[in-house]
Amino acid sequence: MSTVTSSGTAVVTFPADNQILVTREFDAPARLVWKAWTTPELVKRWWAGERGEVTSVEIDLRVGGRWRNVMSANGGFEVAFHGEYREIVENERIVSTEAFEGLPDAHSVNTLTLTEHAGRTTLTVLAEYPDQKTRDGHVESGMEGGMQESLDKLEQVAVSLA
Amino acid sequence: MARAATTADAFNAVAEPRRREILDLLAGGEKPVNDLVAVLGLAQPLVSKHLRVLREVGLVEVRDSGRQRVYRLNAQPLKDIHDWVSGYRRLWSERFDRIDVVLEELKEMEDGDEHGDE
Repeated sequence: MSTVTSSGTAVVTFPADNQILVTREFDAPARLVWKAWTTPELVKRWWAGERGEVTSVEIDLRVGGRWRNVMSANGGFEVAFHGEYREIVENERIVSTEAFEGLPDAHSVNTLTLTEHAGRTTLTVLAEYPDQKTRDGHVESGMEGGMQESLDKLEQVAVSLA
Repeated sequence: MARAATTADAFNAVAEPRRREILDLLAGGEKPVNDLVAVLGLAQPLVSKHLRVLREVGLVEVRDSGRQRVYRLNAQPLKDIHDWVSGYRRLWSERFDRIDVVLEELKEMEDGDEHGDE
């Protein structure tokens, strides 16, 4: 695995076999991280990473409210995710569901926490899946493991054919 | 209809380890179905079923060569999928780096706004 160094390091761990935990510290107070996370115009700027353009962000930030993000990936295809808010504590915590619209049966329950200390904020996202198979099969596919190696190998072939 | 296949379908197709094995084998060059059956040690109908799934999402192509059907890898959908799933950690790192930029702007806006928010 080649690692991409970034200005901050996202740490990904697996607390349980149906969970993924992502942790990252930001040089900003929690209320601003919250704003970046919950304001549609701002979410549009980061949610797709480097992988495409976010074409739509809908956020109805209340318990029972829904969210939906659509991105047009660099490959030219569209991917959409949506879910429902279950718990909201402003500037501190959001519990929501998340489903990939290509695989609507498998949804995760995601818990965002923000912990501010001396003007900096530690953000965690815990994603919980119904079982390990769902975690591995759908979301972990892009991580270290058989699929990643296969895809790396295959991509070399793809590049050589291009 | 490979044309109508979505990447989600291709993504699902590749999520199955046996189908990835088939793609790995085809990455070494095109192969007749018999070769795939021999190497995989699976029953031919099962291999054919996997190949059908891969064809439907445009990941493999087939041609007739004399009496046998020869399969080859189609690279483009793989590249699209690969770009999309090339690392959960990397995706989050990309997102967080972008959030850093947003946060710098939000901080500047606040600093420039002496009234604060009531």
